[in-house]
Amino acid sequence: MARKKKEMPELNGAGMSDISFLLLCFFLMTSSMDESMGISRQLPPIPPEDQQIQIDIKQHNVLQVLVDGQDRLSVNQRQMDIKDLKDATKEFILNPTNDQTKSSKKEEDIPGVGNVMISEAVISLQNVRSTSYEVYLQVQNQLTAAYNELRNEESVARFGRKFADLDEIQREAITKIYRQRISESPPKDTRKKK
Amino acid sequence: MAKFTGKKGKKLAGFSTASMGDIVFILLFFFMVTTTMRETEVKVRTDVPKASEVTKLERKDLTVYINIGPPIASEQARYGTDACIQLNDSFKTVDDIRNFIASFREGLAEADRPYMTTALKIDKETRMGIVSDVKEELRRCQALKIMYNAIKAE
Repeated sequence: MARKKKEMPELNGAGMSDISFLLLCFFLMTSSMDESMGISRQLPPIPPEDQQIQIDIKQHNVLQVLVDGQDRLSVNQRQMDIKDLKDATKEFILNPTNDQTKSSKKEEDIPGVGNVMISEAVISLQNVRSTSYEVYLQVQNQLTAAYNELRNEESVARFGRKFADLDEIQREAITKIYRQRISESPPKDTRKKK
Repeated sequence: MAKFTGKKGKKLAGFSTASMGDIVFILLFFFMVTTTMRETEVKVRTDVPKASEVTKLERKDLTVYINIGPPIASEQARYGTDACIQLNDSFKTVDDIRNFIASFREGLAEADRPYMTTALKIDKETRMGIVSDVKEELRRCQALKIMYNAIKAE
């Protein structure tokens, strides 16, 4: 019994970290962490060709937002800075002074809230082919911000909570009160269906 | 001071690196869980604009991506510097969107199809002309839910 009780050699764990570092690097290189965020929109469906729907919208209910090829913004034929678009939109929809040139209101029954005066405002967004996408998205962002603020203010006034904290029925009611009505017409020279 | 003298001269215990592997493994698992594999190789520059009112995309698996932007430097020799449309791995034209959307829709469960979203990753220097063409095509394909990708700005 020359060799008695030889101890098990301890497993060297130093190399494991190298291997896992390699794996880690592989995952870091091949994966993307980008969270997709953005502004959601619903495109209008194309009406069937045999029926042309004529919707009658009064002139004073339309807020005409136009972005030209030099990325200048004009709202109802008046030049405007993009920063001011949100407040202009809010004022147009709310129309606190009942201005004849701004949107009119109609009484409507909203489930869960009762009769509410709802603005009939429609925002008509138009751009040309050479408008830059960045400015276009800024305009979209401002319009979304206007609606989001209106909804938030209405939620706080009615339910004492922010729009995001409301339950489903309340949220639906608020959404009905301030429905996003943004109508986009494609630039005049957009490709027609072949 | 006599309190501490006892520790003097004692040999320093060896620094064990055995647990480092465990830590790196935890890191590895973190990355494996939080990230998604990059499915396509991006061939156009999509430097999306900033916006403050962004919302999160709800169902990533119901989302089809359309990239629009100028080709990256290595592709410019072949495709020029004008904004191009990239679907999956290759440059395509507006007419190819129809088939692309249709095949993606085929792959979805029947119940999920109405919730299909098209995420538009568009470079901020792109002109609206090509964007309008794509939007019109999407309308014709009945892919009406869209999202303009943007970075959250405070």
